Amino acid sequence: MSAETTPAVNDSVSLYDVDNPAPVIEPPRKRTKKTPKTTRTNFEMYGWLFMRLSGIVLVVLVLGHLLLQLVLDGGVSKIGFAFVAGRWASPFWQVWDLVMLWLAMLHGANGLRTVINDYAQRDNTRFWLKMLLYTATVFTVLLGTLVIFTFDPNIR
Amino acid sequence: MSTSTLEKHSKALDAAEDGASHTITITLRIRRFNPEVSEDATWQDFQLEMDPKERVLDALHKVKWEQDGTLTFRRSCAHGICGSDAMRINGKNRLACKTLLKDINPEKPITVEAIKGLTVLKDLVVDMEPFFQAYRDVMPFLITTGNQPTRERLQSAEDRERFDDTTKCILCAACTSSCPVFWNDGQYFGPAAIVNAHRFIFDSRDEGGEQRLEILNDKDGVWRCRTTFNCTDACPRGIEVTKAIQEVKRALITRRF
Ligand code: HEM
Ligand code: SF4
Ligand code: FES
Repeated sequence: MSAETTPAVNDSVSLYDVDNPAPVIEPPRKRTKKTPKTTRTNFEMYGWLFMRLSGIVLVVLVLGHLLLQLVLDGGVSKIGFAFVAGRWASPFWQVWDLVMLWLAMLHGANGLRTVINDYAQRDNTRFWLKMLLYTATVFTVLLGTLVIFTFDPNIR
Repeated sequence: MSTSTLEKHSKALDAAEDGASHTITITLRIRRFNPEVSEDATWQDFQLEMDPKERVLDALHKVKWEQDGTLTFRRSCAHGICGSDAMRINGKNRLACKTLLKDINPEKPITVEAIKGLTVLKDLVVDMEPFFQAYRDVMPFLITTGNQPTRERLQSAEDRERFDDTTKCILCAACTSSCPVFWNDGQYFGPAAIVNAHRFIFDSRDEGGEQRLEILNDKDGVWRCRTTFNCTDACPRGIEVTKAIQEVKRALITRRF
């Protein structure tokens, strides 16, 4: 009565038998005796809280930013050196952009850290991907901060 | 479909006498794996005459008892109590003994495979040890200080209600093996361990809550939960698993602030 989609036993001579079973597939990063016990820090908790708190602030900052830059007052066509210079003349927009830069970068970096933790299988891969991420984050945050504070509207 | 009681009775009698008229032909498509034969897992189809009111477990029994005795799966109570027959049925984690054929569209082939994220040992049997290790790690037993009372430890109905939901767990692993974070990283405690920690953390008689919270504050603890809700969907006991995890998170945060 049983209709088989695939034969249970291959026609070719089987490599495996009772005394020589095939290797089973271990799931990634099994919990073992060597798994370090509690980390005793609150880092992950603060990370989790930060994602939510920065998220709330980012809703205002990012949506406001997109609205101002891309929608209101003529849309993208208005954006130019003069527009940016005009905005950064005011400390309000300097602070806005600075906070947005830091929050979005740290939020995005921590989010990607989570993604790397989830998907990188080997410890080495995970370590180097994170190093790359942290380097890129520090570089972008510092460069952005530098530009906001040292921006010169009279540059030639 | 309004029939008089008398007519219904005679119909039921007819049906009882003519058992075969109830049955339909179903296809059970089972993910087979036998390391003593091959390193590859394969799908195998079985055609069965089943009453749609029967369960997937009955279909598995029929296969094992009448067609292929090598089919390997766990079951014990067959009534949704022991938690030994969680499996992936049509892509969703369920207990085979609580899943009626008529509820999962028996017209199409019904796929049955082992739960994910744990090592498959044979056919539908997985190595549950990592799952129970995480369970043991949260200390799922009453912890108290001081002398034992001479009578039972009293608790108000409200205090009992606080953790009622999480007392229902039967450790079937349907939730943990439905969690994508657990699939990718077996070091995550997983929903079931958190549910069983919750059961004691919020028990007014228990005094080990602080220790359990500290364990779950770990980098492989509750903060790895991404609120996917797969666990809540999977739980055959209807436990609000994701909510329990969130309550542990909240307890950790309010403890600090
Ligand atoms: C607009 C307002 C935003 C809100 C409300 C928000 C909210 C959140 C929250 C709550 C999480 C955590 C999810 C979890 O733990 O499961 C998250 C994750 C993440 N966010 Fe945001 N976010 C916002 C903007 C951004 C921006 C601008 C970026 C990029 C720079 C970003 C990148 C990420 C990444 C990469 C993750 C990790 C994704 C994951 O966990 O799968 N988000 N976001
Ligand atoms: S919480 Fe539900 S799905 Fe998870 S192990 Fe317990 S009974 Fe099974
Ligand atoms: S066999 Fe016991 S829960 Fe299904």
